Amino acid sequence: MAGAADAALGERYRSVHTFGARRRQYAGRTLLHLIAVGLSFILMVPFAWAVISSLKPWQEIRLLPPTFWPSTFMWSNYSEVWTTRLFPNWAQNTFLITILATLGTVITAALAGYAFGRFRFPGRGILFGLTLSTMMLPQAVTLVPSYLLFFYLGWLNTYYPLIVPFWFGGGAFFIFLFRQFFMTIPTELDDAAKIDGASYLQILTHIVLPLSLPVFATVGIIAFIAHYDSFLFPLIILNDPPKFTLSIGLRWFSFPPQAEVIPRDHLLLAMAVMMTIPIVLIFFFGQRYLVRGLIMSGIKG
Amino acid sequence: MGTHIGSPGVVVTTRRRWSLARQEAIFGYLFLLPWIIGLVVFIVLPMLATVFLSLTTYSIVKPPVFTGLDNFIRAFTQDVLFWPSMGRTFQWAILFVPLAIGGAMMTAVLLNQGLTFTNIYRTIFFLPHLTPIVASMYIWTWLLQPQFGFVNELLWQVFQVQGPGWFASKDWAMPSLILVALWGAIGGNMMLIFLAGLQGVPKELYEVAAIDGANLWQRFWNITLPMISPVLFFNLVLGIIGALQAFTNAFVATDGGPAYATWFFALHIYQHAFSFSEMGYASALALVFFIILVAFTYVNFKMSVHWVYYAGEVK
Repeated sequence: MAGAADAALGERYRSVHTFGARRRQYAGRTLLHLIAVGLSFILMVPFAWAVISSLKPWQEIRLLPPTFWPSTFMWSNYSEVWTTRLFPNWAQNTFLITILATLGTVITAALAGYAFGRFRFPGRGILFGLTLSTMMLPQAVTLVPSYLLFFYLGWLNTYYPLIVPFWFGGGAFFIFLFRQFFMTIPTELDDAAKIDGASYLQILTHIVLPLSLPVFATVGIIAFIAHYDSFLFPLIILNDPPKFTLSIGLRWFSFPPQAEVIPRDHLLLAMAVMMTIPIVLIFFFGQRYLVRGLIMSGIKG
Repeated sequence: MGTHIGSPGVVVTTRRRWSLARQEAIFGYLFLLPWIIGLVVFIVLPMLATVFLSLTTYSIVKPPVFTGLDNFIRAFTQDVLFWPSMGRTFQWAILFVPLAIGGAMMTAVLLNQGLTFTNIYRTIFFLPHLTPIVASMYIWTWLLQPQFGFVNELLWQVFQVQGPGWFASKDWAMPSLILVALWGAIGGNMMLIFLAGLQGVPKELYEVAAIDGANLWQRFWNITLPMISPVLFFNLVLGIIGALQAFTNAFVATDGGPAYATWFFALHIYQHAFSFSEMGYASALALVFFIILVAFTYVNFKMSVHWVYYAGEVK
């Protein structure tokens, strides 16, 4: 746009923003803040309630009429969770599975996204279309045959089914994110490196990777949360309580196999809160990459 | 390939260009190899196996017996839970998806106003989505507990209203699931995707509209909505697919009840496969489900040409 036209536009723009308009805008901002704070409050109530209730003595959880504050804060509920027979096992299992599955997802999805985004080869379009179409495939459709496959491999009640499949591409959505991001990096850099004799893997690790940290963080965070949260698959694969993950362990713990003398509601609430903490921390430290990675991947359809 | 490599001083022969292209293709396939193997072993072959198994009776302990279309006839005519579970699943999807999309769009618009503390609001909005689903369902079954739950106590203290039975009530179990899911969805991934879309809307459009005297609603309806229609479509397609697969929430909170009020189709498949060990019948159910989903997605894509606007598109 020409400079003169710019100036004219600016003049008109300024004239619209009179004193009254500015005050109206200020009032509008305040209203928006009120809405945001109100919504934050409503969304946080379940958390606040869960944290507070998890610190109640067990007798007070099923009290009629219910009380909000604990009579004494039982910090020991949390240490008691760690001394239950299985919780430390479940936490350890969950982290082992989640970390290995996430690593596989990030590495192999990045390789596939790199191939789709920056290489020319016959069949690329068809393969990419096929890849995208698998996003619409419900898990239920492959559930029974996958279960049978792991049954014949002798992998039931082991962690292999929860880790190994994710070392084979990690899923269409992540490949898509990587491809979109890699496509935004100018290929001139590759060409210059090629002339200098760099291999494709060196181009990936030395040129593309340092420029792509946001998308690696995005995929890493989303994949970590998804693996950590995974329920249906561990449910059908694992059947030995010491081998459980936190997700299915928590559910199992809420249905005690035999009648227990002391209710364990207080421990269940403490478990639910504790199970959420690692995810919140990861998101808290990674969120600025997460949003940037999503935006720069240009999800526009 | 090769034209931009042919900078002055570098002699590019036809043979060399051909081999570079071939080299590029070979490395392309090499990087893609894990995914191609994964695609075949964990997606394509299992799908073919589902088609085959759907025509058999198979309980793992005995080899599959070919029974033709018996499984499908059983599903459509004898299985008393088949149609109800289908109905529940669609009821859930039809109520939940529009509410989730509308809510997520509103929160995204709110966060896109450049308010101070936006980062803090965004983190808080996103927290419910981060809560592991089993943990959140467990917390909510307590909050919505009819006698000593926080929500009913609040309703009683503030409004003197006797709250419903929530998950324990046949009529309220579904609304309860929707309520809890909305808590997680309006600030979740859908919101982030909307936010990414909103940041791509050129600011000049709003400035020009403001000069022309367009009010907030007109700006939203005539600029924001068309400009983010591609992300709206993306969220709609994946939202419907995700909602129709609902399993964990109902499995943990209600176990499909009470009186099968939240008996989703995924629960039905799970029960036949892993409680009754009817792998053949479960495969048939999964296949029917898949065909319905594909049909839905196809209609969705067909309809999208009427309302999705791609800014860079050449018509």
